[in-house]
Amino acid sequence: MGNTADSASLNSKNQSTSFSKKLGAQIFCDVLQEEGVETMFGYPGGVVLPVFDALFDSPINFVLSRHEQGATHMADAYARVTGKVGVVLVTSGPGACNTVTGLATANMDSIPLVVITGQVKTPLIGNDAFQEADTTGITRPITKHNSIVKDVNHLARTLHEAFHIARTGRPGPVVVDLPLDVATSQAQVSNSGSEIDLPGYRVRYEGHIRQIKRAAEAINASEKPLIYAGGGVILANASEQLRQLVQKANVPVTTTLLGLGCFDENDPKSLQMLGMHGTAYANFAVQECDLLVAVGARFDDRITGDVKRFAPHARVVHIDIDPASISKNVKVDIPVVGDAKSILGEMVKYVEPRERKEWFARIDQTKRLYPLTYNNDTDAIKPQYVIEEVCRQTQGKAIVCTGVGQHQMWTAQFYRFSLPRHFISSGGLGTMGFGFPAAIGAQIARPDATVVDFDGDSSFSMTLNELPTAVENGLPVKVCILNNGYMGMVRQWQEMFYGKRYSKSFLKNPDFARVAEAFGAVGLTATKKDEVPKIVEQMLSEKKCCVVDFHVEREENVWPMVATGKGLHEMAGLPTGTSERV
Amino acid sequence: MKRTISALVQNQPGVLARVAGMFAARNFNIDSLAVGRTEDPNLSRITMVVIGDDATLEQVRKQLGKIIPIVKVYDFTGEDLVQRDLMLIKIAVASEKRPEIQAIIDMFRAKVVDIGPKFVMVEVTGPEQKIEAFIDLCRPYGVKDMVRTGMIAMPRHSKARPDKGLEPDRQGLEPDRE
Repeated sequence: MGNTADSASLNSKNQSTSFSKKLGAQIFCDVLQEEGVETMFGYPGGVVLPVFDALFDSPINFVLSRHEQGATHMADAYARVTGKVGVVLVTSGPGACNTVTGLATANMDSIPLVVITGQVKTPLIGNDAFQEADTTGITRPITKHNSIVKDVNHLARTLHEAFHIARTGRPGPVVVDLPLDVATSQAQVSNSGSEIDLPGYRVRYEGHIRQIKRAAEAINASEKPLIYAGGGVILANASEQLRQLVQKANVPVTTTLLGLGCFDENDPKSLQMLGMHGTAYANFAVQECDLLVAVGARFDDRITGDVKRFAPHARVVHIDIDPASISKNVKVDIPVVGDAKSILGEMVKYVEPRERKEWFARIDQTKRLYPLTYNNDTDAIKPQYVIEEVCRQTQGKAIVCTGVGQHQMWTAQFYRFSLPRHFISSGGLGTMGFGFPAAIGAQIARPDATVVDFDGDSSFSMTLNELPTAVENGLPVKVCILNNGYMGMVRQWQEMFYGKRYSKSFLKNPDFARVAEAFGAVGLTATKKDEVPKIVEQMLSEKKCCVVDFHVEREENVWPMVATGKGLHEMAGLPTGTSERV
Repeated sequence: MKRTISALVQNQPGVLARVAGMFAARNFNIDSLAVGRTEDPNLSRITMVVIGDDATLEQVRKQLGKIIPIVKVYDFTGEDLVQRDLMLIKIAVASEKRPEIQAIIDMFRAKVVDIGPKFVMVEVTGPEQKIEAFIDLCRPYGVKDMVRTGMIAMPRHSKARPDKGLEPDRQGLEPDRE
């Protein structure tokens, strides 16, 4: 790749020990260490070679992906699993452009990332130089913040600011664009130069006490309250506070896709997931409750269905750290702006125990009438069955990643999550191909844990180029491909809404087991239902990356489903009859 | 409905692109936008006239607040404001009609800044209604060209606190808290 001559000046190592001057590339490494970065992800290229040269002597573990998109998803999952900031380093132009999907994914799901992109030398910026792209321009709408460093004396400060912005408040990805000549020039080093200076960035963590009391009083007064918990509970590490509140106030809980695991799904008060493919009992509870307490969730259209008919009888409490989320989609009666952990912790003091016999009886009734179910009385392997079997053999304790589509929804429905930071999935952006690189990032974050990627054949095909990354790093990631030979969710929509005209939604797949073997991973194939338990057992015992190709029922659908424009209670595919029965 | 919002921003590259990009991405409607320096060399002020209802305006204000280099957001809705727009307008006018035009110009306390055989160029400042009224009166003569700065505004009394009339849900934007 491009210009490497400038890196020659890096070879005199004594510069880094100089008190008065330091090289940009060295500042970069030092700031990362000051920020506690142990692992980062990325891919080298021309203009970031000086930085990579400095990293050569750094203790930071660098994971080389096979594509920059993979690197951002890995860092994203690393952040989701650990709660730390995920860090990515890529080159300019194509390298930066390839991070776009990963940035947008992290931005939609509020995941803290710092992505450093190389940039051409400052005098060349705007000249359409080799491998030049307007990275800050491209990434502006899909990041929490971004900036370009044009003066090496601002490098340390800008990097510290990036970490600060990424991890505080509502977290999100931050891009720092680093031109080649900034990395290769020397800065006057003084401590004052690296202090952050963000007069426009203030985060409020503590909720207003009056609002907290009002919210608690609303719960105390409610006959039929419901907590709707989202990814914000996990980001704020507020699961314990949520549990305490639920136990004390005696309130049922439903979670969003990204909220899975923030409340134990085995608890009788759990209604599992709500929304388009949520459980019938969660959706009915939303439509029938008189108080909806949203925590760290944003009333996304996949949650609300027809927003005009969403929770029609409920007053709404909304706890969120982002004031812009409040009353954006649904009018909120009692907003509480701040950190979920601190607010819920405070709220526990003011809620009172209440029996709510009728409400829980009603919930039990809908749970009995409309359980999550599927017909397993077939010869073919049902995708739901594979998920249930993996859940059983991992005691529901695995870190579970997914791609996007039917398999993702089935995983959300049939794997019973009990722990936060154990379900890693692209919720907001719905990024196909997220699952496998995410599993790699998760396994790097937690080498001891069992990491399972439930993937679709189409999703996995998008990022299976990261197989060598998993093999090279000795990561025992388990990939369960629920292979139906279709883009399953696309096919389901075409079946339901386009008269079964399966336009471009089926694909000729390779033999995934042999693909895996070719990359040095273990490849297995399951075609019969009765071999599933054994093959899952074998998969879980493998010490290296293992890909299992489950040939599942081809035209299985995800039920229940709230079609676009329908109210949450108008679910198709309920196990017995339709919603009219209620 | 038109509302005036003002933002103090850090004087750094890309801030205007952030604001403009956010408006486009979130489907908000900008009527006018004026940017200029302030008494503090580190800060600029962006004055925006936005079209939308209460809910839209609330979102505009909150989304502006999320842009990191934006230091403060002021909502001037309901304030007693001095609002000014500056316009240069070139009116087609033959020499015999000049007295007529001059009368209008005087009435509006506007100023002739250039003159040619077939036109006059006039500078008008004032609130929007005044500018619009002036344009309407000039139309019969023929408006050859026109340029406006966009509205700038300042409250008469200094009671316009940033994000005035904060409801509790707006706490997060309240400045000077930490």
